[in-house]
Formats: sequence, structure tokens, C-alpha cells
Amino acid sequence: MTRNPSRPLSPHLTIWKWGPHMAVSILHRITGAGLATVGAAVFVWWLYAAAQGAESYALFAGWATWKWALIIWIGLSWAFFQHLLSGLRHFVMDVGAGYALPVNKFWAWATIVLAVLLTALLWAYILYWRLGA
Amino acid sequence: MTDARTDKAPLPVAAEAAPAAAAAGHDAGAHWGHERLLSVATFALFVWLAVSLVRLPAFDHGTVTLWLRQPLAAVPMLLLVAITFKHLALGLIVVVEDYVHEAGGRLAWLALIKLAAAFAAALALFCVLKIALGGGAG
Repeated sequence: MTRNPSRPLSPHLTIWKWGPHMAVSILHRITGAGLATVGAAVFVWWLYAAAQGAESYALFAGWATWKWALIIWIGLSWAFFQHLLSGLRHFVMDVGAGYALPVNKFWAWATIVLAVLLTALLWAYILYWRLGA
Repeated sequence: MTDARTDKAPLPVAAEAAPAAAAAGHDAGAHWGHERLLSVATFALFVWLAVSLVRLPAFDHGTVTLWLRQPLAAVPMLLLVAITFKHLALGLIVVVEDYVHEAGGRLAWLALIKLAAAFAAALALFCVLKIALGGGAG
């Protein structure tokens, strides 16, 4: 696709008044890009380490259980839940529902709040019930 | 009803917004449907992965490889890798198409995404197969 540079670009981000619908749309892309790069890298490393053998796996496990890696794990899990929930919201909108302003606004906020809530629940489960920390 | 637009710039005509799939001679509607189908499949397979991981008693090498040797773990995992990497590449391509406007940079990014996704997917698929078919070692 070639572009005529003398023609204006479709405006985005900078000229719009921010609302939850716009925030969630951008969040969907940011979390998707994060999962597709950082998430995919960690995932492939995990499978690679498992296939390579116990020694290689220990290297991965050592990194994965490093205390600062927790930031990446929490970030990835939040990105996962946000992308999943805003993705589900997109499915509803794809069938033509949920466009009335109050409804749209409610579900945009709902994905953001639920993603944070699910992330908190997951880590409460992992750190307290699973690891008993 | 409030108008979210600030009306500082006139809206451009949508002519240049034709999807790449249509420009390439493919059916844009089918492309759109394919994207959604991949999203549903990715969602379903990640629910499977999440449930499977929660049910694992531990995450050490022995437990993970023993789990992946079962046909009903290896096959969903192979599907998950293939479908997720396709979904992921399509998503990154949309982001680049929307925000990288300079032709050369766009071409380079699109090539990088496609090659990296293909390599990562092939590597991951091979690793799952190696674990699943690798016999007793490891």
C-alpha cells in the first residue's frame, strides 16, 4: 500500500477527548503487543527449556522465580486478563451490540476494573494458597 | 449526547483506509472472519492452558514434561502454539499498519513480524513435539 504524503492521515490519539472506550481500545493494543513480544518470548523460552532438559529448565526456573521477575509475571498476567476481557468486549461489539453510550462506557470501565481484580485474585491464589507465603 | 470529537481538524475521506487484504485481492470479509475465528480459538486454548497449569501439582521439569507427553496435553499445546502465533502476528501487523506510515519502515516491520512469528512458532512446535515424542530421556 502506498501513501500520498500530501494527503492528511486519519487522526488518532492526539485530537480526541479521552474516554473509557478509547482507553480500553488503546489498552487492548498495548497489552496485545506486550503479550505478543514479552509474553511470547517467555512462553517459547519455557517450552525450549523443557525440551532441552533438566539443566536448561533449571536456568529458566531460576529466572522465573527471581523476585524481580515477579514484576514481569504480574504485568503479563494483567495484560492477559485485560486483553482477554477487552477482546470479549470486541466480540460483543462485532455482533452489533453495546454501542449505546452508557452501556459502552460501563463495559469499557468493567474490563479495566475486572482485569485488575482478576490479576489480584490470581496472585493472592498463587502467593497465599499455592505457595503459602 | 456529548460529542467526543474536538473538531480541530476536518475528517479525511476514508478512501485510503481500505484494508490491506482487499487491496491484495483477497476477500476482506473472509479476512475479518478469519481474525475473529483465530481470536475465539486462542481464547479457548488459553482457558485450557490456564486450567491445565492450575491442575499441575508442580512446575518442575519432570512434572511439566510428563504432562506434555500425554496426547491430550501435547495436541492442544501444538494447536495453541500454531493458532496463537497466527493471532499474534495478525495483531502486530494491524498495529504496524495503523501507526507506521513511512513505506520503508512499514515494510521492514511487517517482514520482521512475519519472520519472527514463523521462527518462534516453528521452534515452539518442535519443542513440544520433542518432549511429547522424545521417549524416556529428560
